[in-house]
Amino acid sequence: MTSSALVLPRPAWRPAFIAERTPIVVVVAIIIALWYLAAILMNAAQVRDAFERDEVKYTLSDVIAGTLSAERPVVPAPHQVLENLVESVFDYPPDSPRSLLYHSWVTLSATVVGFAIGALFGIVLAVLIVHMRTLQKSLLPWIICSQMVPILAIAPIVIVVFGAIGIRGLFPKSIISAYLCFFPVTIGMVKGLSSPDPIQLDLMRTWSASKVQVFAKLRWPSSIPFLFASLKVSVTISLVGAIVAELPTGAQAGIGARLLTGSYYGQTVQIWAALVAAAIIATVLIAIIDAVARLTAWRMGASA
Amino acid sequence: MIPRGQAVGFWLAALALVAALASPLAGDAVPAVAARPYLLAAIVAAALLFALAPRWPTLSAIFGTAASALGCAVTLNLLADSDIAGQASWGYWLLVLATWLGAALTLTRLAALQTADRTWRWLQDLTIPVLFGAFLIYLWEVAVRGFGVPPVLMPAPTSTAQRFAESLPMLGEDFVQTVLRSVLSGYVLGCGAGFVVAIIAYRFDFLKRGLLPLGNFVSALPIVGIAPIMVMWFGFDWPSKAAVVAVMCFFPMLVNTLAGLAVAGPIERDLMRSYAAPPVQTLLKLHLPAALPFIFNALKINSTLALIGAIVAEFFGTPLRGIGFRISIEVARMSLDMVWAEIALAALAGMAFYGIIALAERAMTSWHPSYRT
Repeated sequence: MTSSALVLPRPAWRPAFIAERTPIVVVVAIIIALWYLAAILMNAAQVRDAFERDEVKYTLSDVIAGTLSAERPVVPAPHQVLENLVESVFDYPPDSPRSLLYHSWVTLSATVVGFAIGALFGIVLAVLIVHMRTLQKSLLPWIICSQMVPILAIAPIVIVVFGAIGIRGLFPKSIISAYLCFFPVTIGMVKGLSSPDPIQLDLMRTWSASKVQVFAKLRWPSSIPFLFASLKVSVTISLVGAIVAELPTGAQAGIGARLLTGSYYGQTVQIWAALVAAAIIATVLIAIIDAVARLTAWRMGASA
Repeated sequence: MIPRGQAVGFWLAALALVAALASPLAGDAVPAVAARPYLLAAIVAAALLFALAPRWPTLSAIFGTAASALGCAVTLNLLADSDIAGQASWGYWLLVLATWLGAALTLTRLAALQTADRTWRWLQDLTIPVLFGAFLIYLWEVAVRGFGVPPVLMPAPTSTAQRFAESLPMLGEDFVQTVLRSVLSGYVLGCGAGFVVAIIAYRFDFLKRGLLPLGNFVSALPIVGIAPIMVMWFGFDWPSKAAVVAVMCFFPMLVNTLAGLAVAGPIERDLMRSYAAPPVQTLLKLHLPAALPFIFNALKINSTLALIGAIVAEFFGTPLRGIGFRISIEVARMSLDMVWAEIALAALAGMAFYGIIALAERAMTSWHPSYRT
């Protein structure tokens, strides 16, 4: 923004931490307030109809109270979602199909397995592409091209084809996740592995370093920041892949299944709770990768 | 001279072609290649071309391409024989293998060609991936039909193409429903809203400092999940899909535009101030043009996201048309060639969408350093 010389020193009583967080807290508070308002406005018609059907006298405050505790609201209030989330996490044993923990675990395991396969495959492919001119010329354009294609559309095919040859459950879902998330890794790693300057490569040559040494001591270390940046992108994609992969099978278990059954039976609160669960999983996964990235950077001796 | 390994590879390919002449194509009833004069001539020609290719390094790519094309033509032609399709034996696979080896080496030769001329290099950069893609499709075709893979598992590309050509009206209807209605309206709405909010947030720094981390956070969430909610709110038809698309497009646009509005440096700002430019003018003449590369980046990201959002939202309920609807219904009916045709449609739509935006970007940000060569 402005040059640093113009920034006045902050008063000591207001640490930077609070100053940074205040706008976020305020914006989140505004969003929650708007959410409550939306819940009241959008559920009002439904609640009023219910009162009139029962021919009960009602006041405005009754309607408002009703909108915030409706059984099947158009917009569930935040506290309802939270309640449902807490209830479906803690009130059932973790192996019961009514427990959100169980569904989250099903999706999470597919996500993590798919992510591991996809990331590994993406790295191997990037290494091959960087070292083989033919592959770089022939395969890389297709990988970039496939970024523009809605690949998620093939999820149902993978599920059905694997189902037809008798493979069900975790594996097909992981394949979809892996398939979705290897692209960002490959592209990021190709960029990362070719990021060393020609000068540095020339230096390695003057030391008559072998190809393996150039890779291990120069290319690989300089690609690490790119690796983690693309891993962060692809872990979310992997989660999306796992969720979508649960849709076409009629969905026995998983967050996708919660979404689908919720939409079949009009269980709005359940859908919202499943969404929040997905958001929490995504956040935790990204935080883990972030922590590993920091740790690696620290171990490799980065200053920041 | 071309590297010794590659020369040996070419000779091996030629040898394999000759060996295949004497091998059985399928069961005993099927006559060998020697009994089919045209194919015999083609194979001998291909073997000769492969064998001669290593002699002239520059010509090797052309010889190899011609020989590979001949190999592909012969093997595809043989598949028309109903005795071979589905029960091809090792003589046939030897032909395919030789063609594959020759084609791989040809691509290597093509990639190794060094030219200083820009047009030639452009042509080279275009030819190699196209040939590679075409050869992959050929391998898919040969593998599916040669091994007789049941169409419910994996249809051959030709049957998908045939299905595509036959059901053009239906595909057109799906295209209109998913791409023109859901995706375009949601895309315009979401990108527009993200842009407007970014401009507002740019004016009010407090809002910006609150929205930017939030936007970054939400961009990383699996937003497609809101599809069932939107279907509940806006019904089965396209408005619910457009809503999902709009929400998915909103955050990348917001975050990127905000990042773009911050790139103009202090010197440019000072210059605008020295011109006594009012804030609106500074925005229009300095900040927005400077932000264009970022805005186009968001538009490109969103073009893919939008298609994904619309297709996935259709899995949750639609009127009886749309790409996502057709995919889910045809998968259930096990007519996978139709599904692949729909995927091809989605891929074409996605690439066209992306291409249009990339062209617009090139036209509007040609001043940007990344376009200087």
